[in-house]
Order: sequence, then structure tokens, then C-alpha cells
Amino acid sequence: MSLPALAVEGLTVRHGAVTAVRDLSLSVEAGEIVGLIGPNGAGKSSTLHAIMGAVRPAAGAVLVNGVSVVGRRPEDVARRGVALVPEGRRIFAELTVEENLRLGLAGRRRREGVEDDLARVYELFPAVEESLRRKAGTLSGGQQQQLAIARGLVADPEVLLLDEPSLGLAPRVVDLVFQALSAIRDRGLAVLLVEQRAQRTVALADRSHVLSRGELRLTLGPESAGDTEALVSAYLA
Amino acid sequence: MTLAFLGMNWQTLADAVSLGAIYALMAVGIGLVFGVLRLVNFAYGQLVMAGAYALAFAYDHGWPVSVGILLCFAVVLTLSLLLDRIVFRPLRAHSPAVMLVATFAIAFLLQSIALLWFGPLGKISASLAALNQPVTISGVDIRKIAIVATALAAACLLALVLLLGRTRVGLHMRAAAMDFRTAELLGVRAGRVITAAVLVSGVLAAIVAVMLTVQTPLVTPDFALRDTILVLAGVVLGGMNRLVPATLGGFAIGFASGLLGGALPTNWSQYLPSFLFAAVILVLLVRPGGLFTREGQRAAERV
Repeated sequence: MSLPALAVEGLTVRHGAVTAVRDLSLSVEAGEIVGLIGPNGAGKSSTLHAIMGAVRPAAGAVLVNGVSVVGRRPEDVARRGVALVPEGRRIFAELTVEENLRLGLAGRRRREGVEDDLARVYELFPAVEESLRRKAGTLSGGQQQQLAIARGLVADPEVLLLDEPSLGLAPRVVDLVFQALSAIRDRGLAVLLVEQRAQRTVALADRSHVLSRGELRLTLGPESAGDTEALVSAYLA
Repeated sequence: MTLAFLGMNWQTLADAVSLGAIYALMAVGIGLVFGVLRLVNFAYGQLVMAGAYALAFAYDHGWPVSVGILLCFAVVLTLSLLLDRIVFRPLRAHSPAVMLVATFAIAFLLQSIALLWFGPLGKISASLAALNQPVTISGVDIRKIAIVATALAAACLLALVLLLGRTRVGLHMRAAAMDFRTAELLGVRAGRVITAAVLVSGVLAAIVAVMLTVQTPLVTPDFALRDTILVLAGVVLGGMNRLVPATLGGFAIGFASGLLGGALPTNWSQYLPSFLFAAVILVLLVRPGGLFTREGQRAAERV
């Protein structure tokens, strides 16, 4: 069996005295979407931050293509092929859309192929290409989210981490984002999707882990999408 | 046209513009480092002072002007990088207050070193003194240095606009100034961005040192100290958070300083900084966000 693109083993993250994530293990293969769902404060974002190197885990391992990235700085993790689409999008509002995309290029490992990758991103998100010269801050929330994902993709990552990409979006835009994620999986990326929209995530992902108080409680396959709410509430009760 | 009613002349106006231009460069030097490190570098004036001593040292030894200028750049840039490595970076994770106090300490340390090394009387750097000669432009006498300083500052600002706007490292610097954490998450090299900001800031300090020694050839340990305080006031006046308003603030305070210096009777000139600071306080009471920031802009940044 080949190595998973991303493997998290026994991850524990503490913020001071609070344990945000406890002994969490998961893996994502190329061409797979793994969902991470759970209530606010369950440790979803902490998991992503620990993978990126933005917080140092108290214990556990994070492996990208089998190579440990624990203790590396976020800029180095990004350059090893991991891209994060952060919570709240974190678009540079005063820069143009094009400049935001060029910042995404900072994480690229190879210099060639930029034009091809840009073209593929525009294919996914035509709205981004149409507004290249605009200040990113003037975009709608949905367009900003598309830009945030596009910015992650132009880094040509192997692993894409998304932190609540559907937060605050209109239903029509949520559809667009989830369709895009499906297309991204088909391109062979390993996607780790943190979401609050449990049902949609379970339906889309190859498997979804339910996190509560920092611990993995339950893993659901797409077949249980219809019963997600009932299953999750039963387990978290 | 006459400016006589304001008690000034074209010469004063040209001097005021050139002082504003020099202060604008200092404001950029301070603002660039503040952007990426959130550090108000109070020791910026001592970098200029070190450069001025380098020029005086070269003059003392009878070395050609070009060698003096090269030495000035070498000293200021080396010192900038050392400060960055030894003080700024290790303190980066600490609060802005700690960093500010640290730069105060460095400022006084460098002054003390200058005092011990070169003595309290000062050294002369007069290799470019010829620039104080006036040229006559349509009947008006203007000192050459006023023209050179203004042109040089304009060229520097233009180069900076190109660097920030057209290059990769410039884009990374701007992004880091807006949201360093996100920039790093995208793969922007934090160390490289900081080094670039510190180096550009150092280049500007060296240029300022050359310009200021023409105006004030006597280099003492408190060289450029008053200028730095005024520029810091100007930067706050314009709006610390952004480079363009900060630069305009630096220019404004230099220009006002030059204008008032020319207009005030000689026996009043010692009160000049008081007038300027009173004006700064007044402006900040009315516009706490800075004189040159647009309304609502700072609130919008947080979204």
C-alpha cells in the first residue's frame, strides 16, 4: 500500500491548560476527501493548525507523504505541498484578486506549470478570473471564498486543508464550493475538510470523522448521510 | 508672486521641501520595519548617526567622497542586520512594549558608544559641503542640497513603489504587513521578508545620513536624534499602520519644521519642536487614526 498523502497519528494539542485535541489519528489518501465535523470548540481548527505547524502539538506525529513535519514552520509545511484555506477566508482585502493569487504561488515547490495551474483554477472558479484586477475586499463573501480556495490551489498542493469553507455563504454558493471540492478530489488531491455542515460533508466525503471535545467519536461513510444528524446527536449526547 | 508676507522666501520653501523629503525617507524606513515586525524602531536615528560618523571618519582620513559614502552604507547596513539578528528577531514574539523599550535601549547604547569612541565634541564631515552653495534659478537662489535631496528622495520613493508593487518580495512584504500569519501559512518566507524590510530601511538610513551631514556637517552623538523624534511624531500623525500616510506624515512634519524654522525669529527657534508637537497633539485629538487615513479604513481592515 502506498503512503497516505497526509497522516496524523496520536495528535494531542494543548492551549495552556486546555486540551483542544486528544490522541487523534486520521489519514487522507490522494484522491480522497476526509471530513472532520463536530460542534464549535471540538478541536477541528486546532487539528488543522497543528498540521500546518501554526501550533506545536503536545504529542503525536504529522506525516506528509511519510515525512514528519512536526516542528516545521508554516511556511515550510506549505512548501511541502500542504495548502490551508483558512477559516474566515483570510483574503488580503486591500490587494487585488490577482495579487492574492500570486501570494498563493509562494507555497509552490516547482516553478514551471504556473499558467496551466492558473487555467485549471479559473476553470473551477470563473468568478475569480473575471475579477482579477479588483480589490479582493470588494468581492462578495462567496467570491472571496472561491478566491481563498483558488489561492490554495495555485500552490499546486498535494494536500488541501479547508477550515469551514461554507461558513456564512448563501446555499447556492455552498453548492458551488462543494462541487468544486468534488472536482478537486477528482484531480487527485488529498482533501481534509473541516465543516459544521455535517450532513453535506458526510454525503461528499469518502469518510467523515466526528470530533467532540478534542476526541474522535465516530466515523461515518457517505451511505449514512441521511441519518447524520440522528447519529451525531446520539453520539454527542 | 511673493511669499514675503509670511516672512519667508523661495529659499526657505525649497529648504522646507527638502527637509520634508528627507523626513519622508526616514518615515518610510521606520514604517517598513513597523509593517513587518510591528516594531517602532526608535533606534533608527542612531543608524543615521552611525552612517554620519562613517562619513566623518572617511573625511577625517582624507578619503574620497565615494569611499565615504560606501563606508556609510556598509556601516549602516551591517548595523541594521546585526540589530535585526540580535535584537528584533529574538524579541519578535514579545509584546510591542518590550520591543519599543528594547529599541530605546539600543538607541542610547549606540549613542554611548559614539560618545566613548569619538568624544562629545563631534567630528566634521564636510566632503559634500560644496552642495550648500546656491544655484540661481530664474533669479532665486536655492541651495544645491535642497534640489539634490528632493530629487534623491523622489527617486527613492519611486524605486520603493516599484519594489513593493512590481516584485515578488515586495508583494510578500505588503502581505506580511497586512497579515503576517496568513502570509506565512501561504508559504511566504518570514525571514526573507523581514531581512528585505530591514535592508531597505537601512539603505534609506544611509541615504538620509549623507543628506543630513551636508546640512549639519558637525556629527555628534545625538546626531539625527531630534529628527527621529519629529519623524516618529509625523509617522503617528500620518497613520502608523500604512506606509503612504506615514510617509506623508513624515513629509508634512519636515516641511512644517523647515517652514517654521525659516519664519520664526531666531530667538524663537528653540521653541520650534514645541510648536510642532502641540500641532501633532491637536491633530491626533481630532483624528486619532492619523491625518492621512480615510474614514472607516481602519475598521474595514479588521474584517
